Amino acid sequence: MNKEELIPKLKTIIAPYVQDEEAFKFLSEDTDFVKDLKINSANLVDIILDIEDEFDIRLENEDMENMLDVKSAMQIINTKLDN
Amino acid sequence: MKKRVVITGLGVVAPNGVGVTEFTDALREGKSGITFHQNLKDLNFSCQIGGVPNISEDLKSKYFTDLQLRGFNSSGILYGCIAGVDAWKDAGFNMNPESELDYYTGLIFGTGTSGVEKFREAIHGVDEGKVRRLGSTVVLQTMASGVSAYLSGMLGLGNQVTTNSSACTTGTEALLMGFDRIQNGKAKRMLVGSCSDDGPYIWGGFDAMRVMTYKHNNEPEKASRPMSATASGFVPGSGAGALVLESLESALERGTTIYAEVLGGEVNSGGQREGGTLTAPNPEAVKRCIKKAIENSGILSNDIEVINGHLTATTKDALEIENWTKALNRTGIDFPYVNSTKSMIGHCLAAAGAIECVASVIQLKEQFIAPNINCEDLHPEIEALIDSEKIPTEKIDLNFDVLAKASFGFGDVNACVVFKKFHL
Repeated sequence: MNKEELIPKLKTIIAPYVQDEEAFKFLSEDTDFVKDLKINSANLVDIILDIEDEFDIRLENEDMENMLDVKSAMQIINTKLDN
Repeated sequence: MKKRVVITGLGVVAPNGVGVTEFTDALREGKSGITFHQNLKDLNFSCQIGGVPNISEDLKSKYFTDLQLRGFNSSGILYGCIAGVDAWKDAGFNMNPESELDYYTGLIFGTGTSGVEKFREAIHGVDEGKVRRLGSTVVLQTMASGVSAYLSGMLGLGNQVTTNSSACTTGTEALLMGFDRIQNGKAKRMLVGSCSDDGPYIWGGFDAMRVMTYKHNNEPEKASRPMSATASGFVPGSGAGALVLESLESALERGTTIYAEVLGGEVNSGGQREGGTLTAPNPEAVKRCIKKAIENSGILSNDIEVINGHLTATTKDALEIENWTKALNRTGIDFPYVNSTKSMIGHCLAAAGAIECVASVIQLKEQFIAPNINCEDLHPEIEALIDSEKIPTEKIDLNFDVLAKASFGFGDVNACVVFKKFHL
C-alpha cells in the first residue's frame, strides 16, 4: 500500500490517542508517536490493536517494539500485507 | 494542638439524585431511586430491583476525555470521579489538566471491588487465549485503587493518594482516615469518599446469600424498608459520595463555604468474637465504637440530636437500634431522631458510607431530617426501644447542631463519625 493511501488510514487510527494536536496537523513519515504526538506509551498497545483490526493483520511483540514512528509503522504494515 | 477539620465541598452520585442540588431535593421529598432491572430478572435473580444513578453520555463527557472513555467499563470509577470532581469544584477549585501539583491535598477514595464489568471482559478474553488483545486499561479499571488513580490525575493531587476497603464501612472509614491526616497536620485538605459498581456481577453474591429482598419486584419504590416490620432484606444500590475535608485554618484563609465540622469519630472491629461473625456484628464492639466516637469528639451522648444509621432493612435493624440505645444510654422519647438514607437509595455497599455521610452533612447544613420512607409499619422490637416519633416518616425541619453517622460492614468492622454545625 503506498504512502498516500496509508498515511490517512494511520491518521484516523491514531487520532484518538494524540495529545499534541499541533504536531498531528503536520504529521509526516518522520513523526514519532511518543516524542512528537505525546501519545501515552501505554496507548501504543491500543494503536497496535486498532491497526490489526483495520488491516486484518497480526502484529507480534517485536513489531510493536519497532513501531515508534509513522515510517516504521508503514514499513511493518506493508511487510505484513505482502505476506 | 490538633487541628480542627471542616467540610468545604460535597459531591454525590446517588440512585435518587446526581449532584448535591438534585440529591438534596430528593432527600427532602423522600424520593426513591429504586427501579426494576430486566437484566436481573433475565439472569434469574431473586431480587430484580436496584438503585442505579442516572448518568447521561453528555454528563460523562464533562468529566472524562474521549480517550479515557475508549473501552471504559467501570461504573464505580465513573461515579467516583463525578462525585470527586464535583466535591473539588464545590470547594472552590477547578479541574485543569495543567494545574500545579498540590502537595497539600491528598485523596482517600474507597471501593469494594473495581470495574467488575471490565474484569469480566478481561476474563473472557484471557480464557479465549486473547490476552494480547485486552488493551491497555484493564489494570487501571480493575485495580482497587483505580478510582483514586483516575481522580488524582484529573485534579493533580500530591499528598497521600490511596484507596481503602472495609466493605460497607468503606466510605465512613475513608472520611475518618482523611480526618486523622488533617488533624495531625499531614495534609491541608483531603478529598475523601467511596464508590461502588452496579449490576449483576457485583450484586449476585448477595442475592445468593438471600440477604436481598425478593418480595417487592413489582413495587420497587416500596422495597427498601429499614426499621419496618415488613423489612425483608436490603435492596442493592450503587454510586459514589465525596467530601472535601480541610483544616479550619486553610478554609478560613480561603474564605470558602463551610458545610459542617467533623468533630471526631472511631473505627474498630468486633474481631468476629462475642457474637460477631463474618456477616454479623459483635454488639460490644459496635457500642464501643459509638462511645469512643463520642469521647473522641469531646461531646456527651446527650449532645447527639440526630442519628443517620447504617440500618439496611434486614433483621439486624432492631439490633442496631438496641446498640445505639445502650451506647448512648438513651431510650424512648429521650432517643435522638434517627433515619436511614437507605430507604430511598437502597444499600449502596462500598459507596454507602460516603453517600450517607454526604446526606448527613446536607441535612445538618440545611437543618432538616429526611424522611424514613416505607417505615409506616415500624418494627415492634424497635418501637419497644424508642419512641416512634423519633423515626420520622415525613421530612422534619429542625434546628440542630450534632449528628452521628455510623456504618457497619462484613468482616465485623465498624465506623462512627460525629458532625457538628459549624460555629467559629
